[in-house]
Amino acid sequence: MTAATNTKRNLVTAALVAPAAAWLMIFLVLPFIAMLVFAFGERAPEGGYQAAFTFAQFANLPTRAAAFWNTLILAPVGAFACLMIAYPVAYYLAVKANPRYRLILVSLVVVPFWTSLLVRTYAWMYILGSRGIPNLLSMIGIEDVRMLNTPGAVLLGIVYGYLPLMIMPIYVSLEKLDRRLLEASADLGAKPVSTFFGVTLPLSLPGVMTGVALVTILLLGEYLIPQLLGGGKVFFIGNALVDLFLQSRNWPFGSAIAVTLVAVVVVILMVAMRIAFRVAGTRQVDLV
Amino acid sequence: MRAFISSVYLFLYAPIALVVLFSFNAGRNASEFTGFSTAWYGKALGNTFLVSALQNSLLIAFTSATLAAIFGTMAALGMERMAPRNRAIFDALFAAAIVVPGVVIGIATLVALVAVFSFVNPALATIWPGDQPPQLGLGYGSIIAAHGLFSMALVTMIVKARIASLGRDIVEASSDLYATPLTTFRLIVLPQILPSILAGFLLAFTFSFDDFIIAFFVAGSKTTLPIYVFASIRRGVTPEINAIATLVLVASLLLILTARILMREKKTKSGE
Repeated sequence: MTAATNTKRNLVTAALVAPAAAWLMIFLVLPFIAMLVFAFGERAPEGGYQAAFTFAQFANLPTRAAAFWNTLILAPVGAFACLMIAYPVAYYLAVKANPRYRLILVSLVVVPFWTSLLVRTYAWMYILGSRGIPNLLSMIGIEDVRMLNTPGAVLLGIVYGYLPLMIMPIYVSLEKLDRRLLEASADLGAKPVSTFFGVTLPLSLPGVMTGVALVTILLLGEYLIPQLLGGGKVFFIGNALVDLFLQSRNWPFGSAIAVTLVAVVVVILMVAMRIAFRVAGTRQVDLV
Repeated sequence: MRAFISSVYLFLYAPIALVVLFSFNAGRNASEFTGFSTAWYGKALGNTFLVSALQNSLLIAFTSATLAAIFGTMAALGMERMAPRNRAIFDALFAAAIVVPGVVIGIATLVALVAVFSFVNPALATIWPGDQPPQLGLGYGSIIAAHGLFSMALVTMIVKARIASLGRDIVEASSDLYATPLTTFRLIVLPQILPSILAGFLLAFTFSFDDFIIAFFVAGSKTTLPIYVFASIRRGVTPEINAIATLVLVASLLLILTARILMREKKTKSGE
């Protein structure tokens, strides 16, 4: 290839990615830099931001410890609860389900994820609210049951909202699984249970890790579910952020919390990827 | 196992079904179905605040999804031609755009735009010849920009996967037969990636139409449909909200099903 055609080729490539690159710079990289700068600033007397360089905002983080604790406990617990339900469903879809109906059954799992989380959470407000299940219970004589605005309601909403996102990656990893390995395991005399724990489960771990990491990360930033089903009593980091930015207008403190949240997300991603790679890596070696 | 699987599907769909059912309830009582009626739909569609929020949402979703479909496809095609190291940078940035929680994207965009406006608006005021200099502010533009970020990453991901599964040989055959690169793209590549571009557009549209948290931060004084619904829910659960919720559900259901059909067509073709 001549130098001229090479230059032309590079120009075309640059032109193709230029709009997306500009978008990423202006609406992703620049905002993150701005957020980082704000996190080291001070709150202006009238609210908003005032230039400064101080660690005061980060030193203040313990005042929002309750939001951090709620989030850091309920997000992994919620992800684990999702996993417990999602794995059997994904296993059924990938291994047991009649291939003729598989596509429809998978679609039925995916579709709720793409419908409004607001509407789906609202549905549970309706069911758990005083005119829902508690009302039915009072008809059979069980009075004064409160379901809405409890940690249990938030957990239920979490499982409901994020179950599809957990099922999908596990299903994908199980679907790719080489059936001959399962047959080989059975031929060598392994019981179905030991085939599952010795072959199926380890090979689906990358999918499990992807699902757990995705759901945990999105839960760390969750706002709607604790807001609608926790009613301000079960407070997440997301709720603290909305309060700090839109009500008390303490932007630097809010930025410091957001920066901390991103740091937690990055750590989780790195750990999850390391585990997923290690599992995938060793298994590949084993197979060869 | 069957019973467990069935109960999971019931769990996924029963709450939605309940909302749909009660949107047709004649009475106001939320726990008792007193008769079939479409009155709440009439009431919802007669609500001017609601209709204007719906128009805003449609405008924002259409614009951000269109921009994402065009620029995202271009990026997917461009990344294919890049050196692996540069491609990795784009991959990482797009992954960040998808994985970072919406609440953080909303905050970061808000903070950055307000900072930029605080420089640009006074500057505009000094150089503006008339009395009323334009004031940049939050609104349609900021929501479209923030939704466009996620959507572009989504489209790029989907289209890139499709390009990767394309046969190289047919492209090479086309250029061996003296087709210009542009002709090859128009006649060979584009028809094959078009379903995935459309699917990406529809998913991006659905995302933007349903997003609450990002818009909540960067909407300024504008109201989108999810913001309107959120505000009404806080005022109290009414059958009118059930009707609106049902309409939102039906809209996203149609969009996502179309997207999935388009993507499935791609799968069966590549399987041949």
